[in-house]
Amino acid sequence: MILDIYSFSTLTSSIDNSLHNMMSPWMATLTEFVLVGIVFLLFYALLGLFLVYLERKVCAVIQNRIGPNRVGRWGIFQTFADFIKLLMKELITIKHADKFLFNLAPFIVIIASFMAMAALPFAKGLQAIDFNIGIFYVIAVSSLGVVGILIAGWSSNSKYSLIGAMRSGAQIISYELSVGLSLLAIVIFSGSMQLSTIVESQADGWWIFKGHIPAFIAFVLYLITATAEINRGPFDLAEAESELTAGFHTEYSGIKFAFFFLAEYMNMFIVSAIAATLFLGGWMPFHIGGWEGFNQIMDYIPSILWFFGKTFVVIYIIMWFKWTFPRLRIDQMLNLEWKYLLPLNLMNTVIISFVVLMGLYFK
Amino acid sequence: MNSEYLIIFFILGLALVGGAIIFSSLVSPRSYNSEKFEPYECGIPTEGPAWIQFRVGYYLFAIIYLVFDVETVFLFPFGVVMKSIGLRAFIEIVIFVFILGLGLLYAWKKGALKWI
Repeated sequence: MILDIYSFSTLTSSIDNSLHNMMSPWMATLTEFVLVGIVFLLFYALLGLFLVYLERKVCAVIQNRIGPNRVGRWGIFQTFADFIKLLMKELITIKHADKFLFNLAPFIVIIASFMAMAALPFAKGLQAIDFNIGIFYVIAVSSLGVVGILIAGWSSNSKYSLIGAMRSGAQIISYELSVGLSLLAIVIFSGSMQLSTIVESQADGWWIFKGHIPAFIAFVLYLITATAEINRGPFDLAEAESELTAGFHTEYSGIKFAFFFLAEYMNMFIVSAIAATLFLGGWMPFHIGGWEGFNQIMDYIPSILWFFGKTFVVIYIIMWFKWTFPRLRIDQMLNLEWKYLLPLNLMNTVIISFVVLMGLYFK
Repeated sequence: MNSEYLIIFFILGLALVGGAIIFSSLVSPRSYNSEKFEPYECGIPTEGPAWIQFRVGYYLFAIIYLVFDVETVFLFPFGVVMKSIGLRAFIEIVIFVFILGLGLLYAWKKGALKWI
């Protein structure tokens, strides 16, 4: 079993108890609100900066360059410097734009990614809100971001923005279907939508191994569609820089632009975390049935390291996609979804139901 | 934690974006140039507004999406109870996916998926 010393529930419950001992229940709840808020805000900001740095380094490795290496050792503070620069830039609202919607769009994009993060199980006992419809909630909330993108493109009153936003809308809603269906595979296997239950069900093996070939197909389909869902290359038609300048955020400057950029990276983290949680076992250590000694060694690695390790492996694969494949055309991309991925996904759903019915997977 | 805590995450997003925009507008320099506030269009003066009629291809996909997304939502409760109900759920899901597939085939044959 997982070692109890790595469980975060002891830590959180002791904080909760001591707060309730020190002050009135109302004040304690408020203090917890503030504490959780500060922790998540710091986590969000630092992770965003780190992901941008990671992307540049990964890109540099793939293109046989060094990448950022001037600000701090190995260029670690490069993104901090970029962030400060963006913060100091003038915020331009162009003349004919719809000013209210133009300013509203970054809020929607960031809030959508923040709220999706509320349901992620980071480690044993470290999950902000454990919904009983967890996976459904994440799909629903993370797809709200497309509203922000459409608003950004439309309100800019610029042709590049409009084309980018429309492309992005068509792309995200199309791939939404396949994301939902490929995640449905794991819901059928584990019989629950609650993320903590799904993780618990993988204690003796991850679904990608336990579910045989259908689960693996679902994982591959999820990787492809999730890459499209977050507007990353080879599906980054919404901001195809060689044809649309910057797509939906052409007219944004300074920190408002930075928020679209940040949201893209945070969405990448969220889809990777979902892939890690559902297919690769979340914070569960790698276990092989029967190998007791091996399993016990694996238990000594803290659950939070397992979660972030798996997530970053998936993130690396998604970055690898971007720097390897050429960009698709819009009609090719919609064809891929509607004529190949969606029928494949529907068939896979039926096959998985059959596998579960006959009990052909490892239990 | 209870789901009421969701409000924190909403407030966090609001505070992060709002705070940064307010801070940025306080410290950033400003200069006026009428050309600067024109929408970008490869360097030449902007030609007309961008709020125009747009191609119908995108809307067709949006309409088909609407149908299929509702169907996907129906599939999730099925996924949860599949194990406990067993054969009856499986037969029902085969029929459901078959009808869904017919719908996709219909849209395909009607040319709704073709990019003109």
